[in-house]
Amino acid sequence: MQRIGVFVCHCGSNIAATVDVKRVVETVKKEQGVVHAEDYPYMCSEAGQALIAAAIKEKNLGGIVVCSCSPRMHEATFRKAAERAGLNPYMVEIANIREHCSWIHKDMEEATEKAVILARAAIAKVHLNSHLQPGESLVTKRALVIGGGIAGIQTALDIAEAGYEVDIVEKTPSIGGRMSQLDKTFPTLDCSACILTPKMVDAAAHEKINLYTYSEVESVSGFVGNFSVDIRKKARFVDMNKCTGCGLCQEKCPSKKAKSEFNRGLNTRSAIYTPFAQAIPNVPVIDTESCVKMKTGKCGLCEKVCQAGAIDYSQKDEIITEKYGAIVVATGFDTINLDQYGEYAYNESPDVITSLELERVMNAAGPTKGHLERLSDGKAPKEIVFIQCVGSRCDDHRGKPYCSKICCMYTAKHAMLIRDKYPDVNVTVFYIDVRTPGKNFDEFYRRAVEEYGVNYIKGQVGKVVPQPDGSLLVQGSDLLDGKQIKMRADMVVLATAIEPEAGVRKIATMLTASIDTNNFLTEAHPKLRPVESPTAGVFLSGVCQGPKDIPETVSQAGAAAVKVIGLLAKDKLLTNPCTAESDTLLCNGCSVCQNVCPYGAIGYEDKEVNDHGIRETRRVAVVNSALCQGCGACTVACPSGAMDLKGFSNRQILAEVDAICR
Amino acid sequence: MKYSYYPGCTLRTKAKELDTYARKSAEALGFTLEEVENWQCCGGVYPLGTDEVATKLSSVRALRDAKEKGQALVTLCSACHHVLKRVNDDMKNVPKVRDAANLYMGEEEPYMGETEVLHFLEVLRDKIGFEELAKKVVNPLTGKKIGAYYGCLLLRPGQILGFDDPENPTIIEDFIRAIGAEPVSYAMRNECCGGYISLRDGEKAQNMCDAIMENAAGFGAEMLLTACPLCMYNLNKSDKLPVYYFTELLAEALGVKEAE
Repeated sequence: MQRIGVFVCHCGSNIAATVDVKRVVETVKKEQGVVHAEDYPYMCSEAGQALIAAAIKEKNLGGIVVCSCSPRMHEATFRKAAERAGLNPYMVEIANIREHCSWIHKDMEEATEKAVILARAAIAKVHLNSHLQPGESLVTKRALVIGGGIAGIQTALDIAEAGYEVDIVEKTPSIGGRMSQLDKTFPTLDCSACILTPKMVDAAAHEKINLYTYSEVESVSGFVGNFSVDIRKKARFVDMNKCTGCGLCQEKCPSKKAKSEFNRGLNTRSAIYTPFAQAIPNVPVIDTESCVKMKTGKCGLCEKVCQAGAIDYSQKDEIITEKYGAIVVATGFDTINLDQYGEYAYNESPDVITSLELERVMNAAGPTKGHLERLSDGKAPKEIVFIQCVGSRCDDHRGKPYCSKICCMYTAKHAMLIRDKYPDVNVTVFYIDVRTPGKNFDEFYRRAVEEYGVNYIKGQVGKVVPQPDGSLLVQGSDLLDGKQIKMRADMVVLATAIEPEAGVRKIATMLTASIDTNNFLTEAHPKLRPVESPTAGVFLSGVCQGPKDIPETVSQAGAAAVKVIGLLAKDKLLTNPCTAESDTLLCNGCSVCQNVCPYGAIGYEDKEVNDHGIRETRRVAVVNSALCQGCGACTVACPSGAMDLKGFSNRQILAEVDAICR
Repeated sequence: MKYSYYPGCTLRTKAKELDTYARKSAEALGFTLEEVENWQCCGGVYPLGTDEVATKLSSVRALRDAKEKGQALVTLCSACHHVLKRVNDDMKNVPKVRDAANLYMGEEEPYMGETEVLHFLEVLRDKIGFEELAKKVVNPLTGKKIGAYYGCLLLRPGQILGFDDPENPTIIEDFIRAIGAEPVSYAMRNECCGGYISLRDGEKAQNMCDAIMENAAGFGAEMLLTACPLCMYNLNKSDKLPVYYFTELLAEALGVKEAE
């Protein structure tokens, strides 16, 4: 029988307003083994923790129960407090009477009763807790960054600057990401390439950074400090060591009909290509779907013109296995598919484009060499309409419920740049709200309106109608004037909602990192741990976690790097002692547990056992506690009840159930 | 194949030809339209009041009648189709309306929205198939450039009507192709004609129809095709392009237009 102390927290009014904490204290005092019970307004505060420590020492407590918030919030806090007072930290149990009780109930009578029951269950469990000891695991001092956009580049640079090795895995042929596709950046209007390309060069030149471009993460195993990752280096068909980047192959390539991904399909590229002039590495890849040699066996022109002899049609994909201590997800975003938005005639008219396509149109290296022109007939537009929130803040199945956050600012930027360069062009912006919180952001938007005469109309566009003369009829509403608007436009630009890059679900699954309904990766805590995934050792950088502009992305990238550095600076990590173990006398070696284990932690050994005096050799399951994450899947799957989870044994769980049902 | 058929009031008065040609075409295509006995007016407009039940009862009676015969219910008029389809959806998915309506009906077995409501065009597309239809065409309307005019009642709300993509529908274009003519796609084919607003503000409806006609003519349409008597009424105020019911051209293509 343990000597147990129970500590009931008010959490200000969070718990105390719905649960009668005094009554909880009085009731649990009657429970078997409880020798001490008290309440306090903020148990997690320094004074509250001191109270716990004092009681442990004075009453010689062997186990404690804290009735408070979720263990995800403060289990670690109370375990540390107990440890400081000389108690084994695994003798601490949390009864969650906030999230599971006070926050979800209104009736005080019922909530109090439930709080008592939850406390009773925790007390029953503590009686059976044992003094677990964490083990240790070594930390591999190398980080992996998935995604080579500005988020990934910045995270990698910051980690590398602290002296750790970093690998960047980027699926396209070059690092640079979405930012490399932008023309100018708000709110300062400096050119995107001018501020990005030096960072790309820094990343490539850094002795601690290793780039795997045109590569994808194939599989991930292991755990925090000890990840093992398979990376698929897709065949470039160009030898990276020999290629000088002269570009002759791209010039001579006869197949030039593939849509340029970099220019959002607005123009074409050769079959052997680098996505853009400043690509890093400046080594082309061969797109096997467009390459004549690959399709028919005839051609081979690039091989003939290559002075360096770098073309190698026989190259194969290569799998590299590498060990990492930490993994950063920086997979970025794409714009949503507009097939569902027929009313904007995006698929019907080449003069209806997305804002990201406009970036390419405005860019000197883009499909129109930077001239603002209609993609249908090359004519200069006189009237341009911007439509905000296309697919953002949308409450039906077609779009996204969230605000994409960057559109108000880039639309103000586009409108301003157009009015500046082409003062004879009229620019109208249809908006729901203009949202410009950010340093110098609102001033920027107001300049667009006040100095550049951009016409902002509060209201949504219902339909864009292609007219027989090639112009577009925009039908919308002006909510402030209460009027229907019909206006002619030469070009319509859609501020299209952004969503996480398509492959992110697959990556999240490999990392067992959680993801929300919109495919954004979930942070460990929305306020206090915004750059960490709930999965230990996995960190988040950039838009994969939620919509962000460049300054915010760079800040978050730095923050993620700091967390990685903090992890890699440790030589050893304490491992969770709550791992599974197999009772060799009960185990019959059936392999069911091995099949359900997601971490590959279970193996089999031939062991000599003494079963009631009978000595024999049996095949039994053995858990590698360094790999086991304590998920408990094996304990449920085991048909003979041989598998048990330390800290959450079947006996403990059933004792809780009994206490609840008493 | 036999279908229950709900013609609706307008097809007895102003839109007789929509009805006549449909019956003739149906026989030519090998199916029969069996008129629901004692059908009553659908009300013409789907009532949006969430507590409105009485005006939905006539639809429920027709739907129920079809259920008893074990037939799908076919409609022609866009407005009737819209009302019947939405009331049927209510009976299937809105317990409040379903329970109240069944209470009014007082029948032993409640109606739970079992009947399949089909527009005549859906029968052509989904039951006959446009390819099969094309094979039965004896008098293809080759060379005719026809703009499909959908209006709104057939398409929206898209999830309940389930007729076609409400923004970029293609069913009438496919129909036009099947009868041998050339469809002209134009942007305003699913714009509203003004509907009943023509009773209160004729000019507004006229302006809306003028814009539709102009857009269609600009893209090269020589005539418009509709399934809706109300659209026909409004569009006919504008004399830019001739407007036909789709059943008339169907009967013509099938060679049964003049048949008795």
